Amino acid sequence: MAETVAPATSAQKTRKELDRAVIRFAGDSGDGMQLTGEQFTTESAWAGNDIATLPNFPAEIRAPAGTLFGVSSFQLQFGSQRVYTPGDRLDCLVAMNPAALKVHLRDLKPGGLLIVNTASFDERNLTKAGYPSNPLDDPTLAERYRLHKVDMTGLTQQAIQDLPLNAKEKDRTKNFFALGLVSWIYTRPLEPTLEWIHKRFAKNTVYAEANTRVLKAGHAFGETAEIFAEHYAVEAAEMAPGVYRAMTGNRALAWGLLAAAQRSHVPIVYGAYPITPASSILEELALHKRFRIRTIQAEDEIAAVTAAIGASFGGAIGVTGSSGPGIALKGEAIGLAVTAELPLVIFNIQRGGPSTGLPTKTEQGDLMQALYGRNSESPVVVIAPASPGDCFYIAYEAVRIAAKYMVPVMVLSDGYLANGSEPWLIPDPETLPSIDIQFRTETEGFFPYLRDPATLARPWARPGTPGLEHRIGGLEKQDVTGNISYEAENHDHMVRMRAEKVRRVAQEIPPTTINGPATGDLLVVGWGGTYGAITAAVEQAQLSGKSVASIHLRHLNPLPPDLGHILREYRKVLVPEINSGQLVRVLRAEYLVDAVGFNRVRGLPLASDEIHEAINQLLGSQS
Amino acid sequence: MSAAGAGAAAAPTPPYTKKDFESDQDVRWCPGCGDYAILSAVQKFMPDLGIPRENIVFISGIGCSSRFPYYMNTYGFHTIHGRAPALATGLKVARPDLKVFVVTGDGDGLSIGGNHMLHVLRRNVDVTILLFNNRIYGLTKGQYSPTSELGKITKSTPMGSADRPVNPLSFALGCGATFVARTVDRNIPHMEQMLRRAAAHKGTAFLEILQNCNVYNDLAWKALYDKESKLQYELRLEPGKPLLFGPPADRKALIMEGVTPKVVAAKDVPESALWIHDEQNLNAAKLIADLFAPDFPIPIGVLSDVADPVYEDIILDQEQRAIADRGPGDIAKLLTSGDTWKIG
Repeated sequence: MAETVAPATSAQKTRKELDRAVIRFAGDSGDGMQLTGEQFTTESAWAGNDIATLPNFPAEIRAPAGTLFGVSSFQLQFGSQRVYTPGDRLDCLVAMNPAALKVHLRDLKPGGLLIVNTASFDERNLTKAGYPSNPLDDPTLAERYRLHKVDMTGLTQQAIQDLPLNAKEKDRTKNFFALGLVSWIYTRPLEPTLEWIHKRFAKNTVYAEANTRVLKAGHAFGETAEIFAEHYAVEAAEMAPGVYRAMTGNRALAWGLLAAAQRSHVPIVYGAYPITPASSILEELALHKRFRIRTIQAEDEIAAVTAAIGASFGGAIGVTGSSGPGIALKGEAIGLAVTAELPLVIFNIQRGGPSTGLPTKTEQGDLMQALYGRNSESPVVVIAPASPGDCFYIAYEAVRIAAKYMVPVMVLSDGYLANGSEPWLIPDPETLPSIDIQFRTETEGFFPYLRDPATLARPWARPGTPGLEHRIGGLEKQDVTGNISYEAENHDHMVRMRAEKVRRVAQEIPPTTINGPATGDLLVVGWGGTYGAITAAVEQAQLSGKSVASIHLRHLNPLPPDLGHILREYRKVLVPEINSGQLVRVLRAEYLVDAVGFNRVRGLPLASDEIHEAINQLLGSQS
Repeated sequence: MSAAGAGAAAAPTPPYTKKDFESDQDVRWCPGCGDYAILSAVQKFMPDLGIPRENIVFISGIGCSSRFPYYMNTYGFHTIHGRAPALATGLKVARPDLKVFVVTGDGDGLSIGGNHMLHVLRRNVDVTILLFNNRIYGLTKGQYSPTSELGKITKSTPMGSADRPVNPLSFALGCGATFVARTVDRNIPHMEQMLRRAAAHKGTAFLEILQNCNVYNDLAWKALYDKESKLQYELRLEPGKPLLFGPPADRKALIMEGVTPKVVAAKDVPESALWIHDEQNLNAAKLIADLFAPDFPIPIGVLSDVADPVYEDIILDQEQRAIADRGPGDIAKLLTSGDTWKIG
């Protein structure tokens, strides 16, 4: 954290300029930490900072209060320069109860700001958190960190004691005290939160009044209390000019589909079964029926994908979304779409596994499943977004490729991208490539498996088209005629044909962007949600004079045509992944390069520091 | 001309003949299979629908019955085991204008696909389901099915099956089906009549077709095949008519004793006490669905036919209302809606 002293502007307190800060709000899952974090994010966006967020919450909806596993947290990094990740170590931790302190303290930097709600440090909560004595009484805590003990509960009650709310209702607003306080510490504008309160509680003026007062009380407390000797400002970041909005990955996937529906003039049918962390895509799409998006909450994962396939057969774009366990169930049906050669888009919002695993935590463990997780030779196109905002373009691209090549396209997002948000430069939809869907109507010379010479796509002949009545199915068929065929050479031909069709999608892939020198000592290769952490680590290494570059793959099957050449331009190749080494195996197998993996599978995003360390290790030097 | 279908020839227009619905594929069921009679009856009644051929789709799962779409010169999709109702649901949501038939069997529809059958029925998707019930797995060569009788000796149950069978009609009614009927593969006129009724229903129509597998479960429905026992047990359900069955010399009536159906001699029942069949009475249909020989007659015909909202109509109506209220979606507007900020 680079610090320069700037003249104080408010009260008599010193204001320091920071170029970035990492903050985490942590409390019980009922303490409203997600909302607090989201509001703080919006305030920071107003302040013009670049931002990356990391919501982290338990799988249980209302985990027992006060317990370690019931802790919910929201982390964000904001800065005056490009911010690639939610940050590794914390500059500031807000702990609303002992359990939150216990779970999160280890991530706070020495000398970091630690703000605790003292009222919750009672015997009951201390016991639940497994503290034999009150850690706030231990002098080493205040020696190691800048500890601020604040009775947020008491101060909240005081601020609204005259309002006609019961004690429990009053207590529920204390997260806004924390928000007000931290907003003051980091000089965030309160306007967006005041506006939010106004809208949210438009019909309940007492709640509106309570939250407004408590927010301002927290802010005023920072300004007047003697304990805070200084506060901070983070200047607006230098970002590309344009209009921005906050964007989460799942919303971006949904909106990418809306854009595709509008541009293709074809309805989209989205079949899904509720599953964490994919459900919010279904919920978002259900709000936008005006775009001719039809959502089916199916009876199970298999019905969700088969309904999507049925829709595609009918001439709509069939899309299904799930997470790893659901994708496993969909496997057979995805194979049907492969052999029926129908467009199908499959979103996989990856989470920790195997089995139910870590439903609310992130992972990149499903790459092999996407590539190979079906019976027999069953290739599909696989693409992956690099950031929350990139999900918009990836969803759009998935529809475009699926329709153009009559092929299933799997999109590998993850829990981190799904819930994380970033300031997103709003694109002009007109600049998106066109999705030109041509349904076959010409009867002369029609066969169901005739092929387009460029894409190898078969014609899309919708029911309702006179003279094109035909039958397709899961049995192997003769090329061109589509007749059922058990003939040996034909099967071999069709296996190759389906693979070649997927391979041809490579002609859609733009040249790979190399972040760094075109040749050098080390190339770091990533995919999916690790983009930010890898880029930050590589830029750090470059600043220290290392000959390091990075590339980030958005296309995983087929791989970019220039990849083999690029890999050979570096002495070493490092592949960081949140799995035990999946892309690295693919690269070794495809290109015979001695790529090495950097793998951590903790349900958390990779930290840029640890990737930086891995870069240094591989280059045989210390930073 | 291809099997899967090709259109070099000029497409015929209505009125059609049976021949217009025959594909050029060799039918590959075992000689003597009950499916032949069903295929013929379906092809024969198709022209009566008065629907352009290109608007008709047959969807199937896996099993002997599921080869059906290949033999129909309409649009068709032979999908995966048990999933035809789900696939048809997606198709109807995309294309409510199509006439969609689902062809399935007792294993496909009630075992591996039992869940989808439940949900297509409760949603009341506008599809016509033909469930061929032969009480055996034919394509996999003779294992017992979910409709096989308890104790059935098959290759996979040499000492008899331990599973109690499911009754397709009771199942369908329990799922909230809006049309439930049964017919027999060896009663062609009745089958044609039932096909017409099922196809005319708006909403999910569930037609159980008792079908013979002469290779693995011959005379599966002996009670209705044998002339003598058919006379004894067949109960023809007809709206507004009393539930009477049996030979003229020994005519029997079905009556209600409390809440339990009971068989009595017809001559002993005053006309006012007869049970008159009412297709709108779902409670009565549920009682009738459970009846079977030898203690009771075997009902064939339409058990119930009621009108209820159709799934895809509701979805399309919501879409139309959303567009009418706020105009068609505009992605450029949506992207810049809500909280945005300008830089530079």
